[in-house]
Amino acid sequence: MNSIVMAPALRAHARRRQPARKVIHPWPLRVMHWLNALAIITLIGSGWQIYNASPFLPFVFPRWATIGEWLGAAIAWHLAAIWLLMLNGLGYLLWGFASGHFRHKLWPVSPRAVWRDASAAIRFKLPHEVGVYNAVQRLLYLGVIALGILAVLSGLAVWKPVQLWPLSDLFGGFFPSRVVHFTAMAGIVLFLAVHILLVALVPRVLPPMITGGHLPDPEWHR
Amino acid sequence: MTTFDPARRKLLGRALAFGALTMLTGCNFDDLQHPDLADKFLRLMSGWNNEVQAALFNPHTLAPTFKASEITRPPRFNAFYDITRAPQVDLAKWRLELGGLIGDKRAWRIDQLRALPQESQITRLICVEGWRVIGQWSGVPLRHFLRAVGADTRARYVAFKCADGYYTSIDMESALHPQTILALDFLGAPLTAPFGAPVRLRVPTKLGFKNPKSIMAMEVTNRWTGGYWEKQGYNWFSGS
Repeated sequence: MNSIVMAPALRAHARRRQPARKVIHPWPLRVMHWLNALAIITLIGSGWQIYNASPFLPFVFPRWATIGEWLGAAIAWHLAAIWLLMLNGLGYLLWGFASGHFRHKLWPVSPRAVWRDASAAIRFKLPHEVGVYNAVQRLLYLGVIALGILAVLSGLAVWKPVQLWPLSDLFGGFFPSRVVHFTAMAGIVLFLAVHILLVALVPRVLPPMITGGHLPDPEWHR
Repeated sequence: MTTFDPARRKLLGRALAFGALTMLTGCNFDDLQHPDLADKFLRLMSGWNNEVQAALFNPHTLAPTFKASEITRPPRFNAFYDITRAPQVDLAKWRLELGGLIGDKRAWRIDQLRALPQESQITRLICVEGWRVIGQWSGVPLRHFLRAVGADTRARYVAFKCADGYYTSIDMESALHPQTILALDFLGAPLTAPFGAPVRLRVPTKLGFKNPKSIMAMEVTNRWTGGYWEKQGYNWFSGS
């Protein structure tokens, strides 16, 4: 039996036997996305309040944008929300590798593809393909995951410069760790600005992140 | 109950809205007598973070030490009051009172403390606010002092009361850490009032507010006594 010839027929058969259409965002991703949103917003708002207690740049964050009325409350929120971020983030990484989400949705991403998609996007000629991330999106998502990991590691270094001294040394000491932590935050905030702007420009991508949505069935378009 | 009463639904909705509102507005440890839901949640998480820090604490890990040239000058004063209001302690009358699970509770005079072997350190003090200073302190290692007075070092806490009404407490593991000292000198001279005369605790493995100044009394205890800032919401362990 020639399995190569048989394979497309088998696939078609399997598709017919599973009439449920695939969702755009599977439920674990949706749950983790919104838990992450809650954690990130709490961490950024409380983090700004903590920064304000001892700013190292010539500005402070406006009070209305901070979480926690005073430093003590801000630190308490920060060190409570970090557990949600870390557990949820760990769950996301495990799920992303195990389910093939990273392999299929975020990979590969080549500089050439990023350049092509970025120049198309700037000319408003990059169509939104449901369920597929373009190269710019892939780069942004991988980038923000890396920034999240950097923020957690530098945050741990600021939290425990003595007990976690190898981590503190890795970032160059206590104050450099603060600067790295701040920079990672700034990068995440920049990502959030682009992320929210894109949702505002293509609002139909929002409901699937709540309901799951569904991928168009290719057979319907014949 | 089979029917869903609209009035009940409305009440439930209001309760949920109220809950959400308290989460948003009451997140500030602003009324200690009336902790709201958010306060209780944050206290719970802070307690959990104490446990994690105790587990993370390695009694053999030393805080970094620095060169004399790296000492912050002039030193930075910090307290919950202005520098002019730092407590003036009369050295002739001052005694370090001892209490709790200690064998020999006789109070100590300053010259008796100075007669004990002294150790010096140039370490960094990190404030909960995020700034840091490097200073040189010397005095009696707390672990030597605790053994000298016959303290029960299996007890959980060492608590301190200060001349300015400040108080705090630390875990026994941190109290026995080799760099934890009852400092008598700062920058090579006896402590001055703003910097904690006549005796302050120096714990380079904890944040600045865990380093009480102008100590009047010390107690070894299994009873958790918290602290001035801890009561208002700062994390109790506050390890570094």
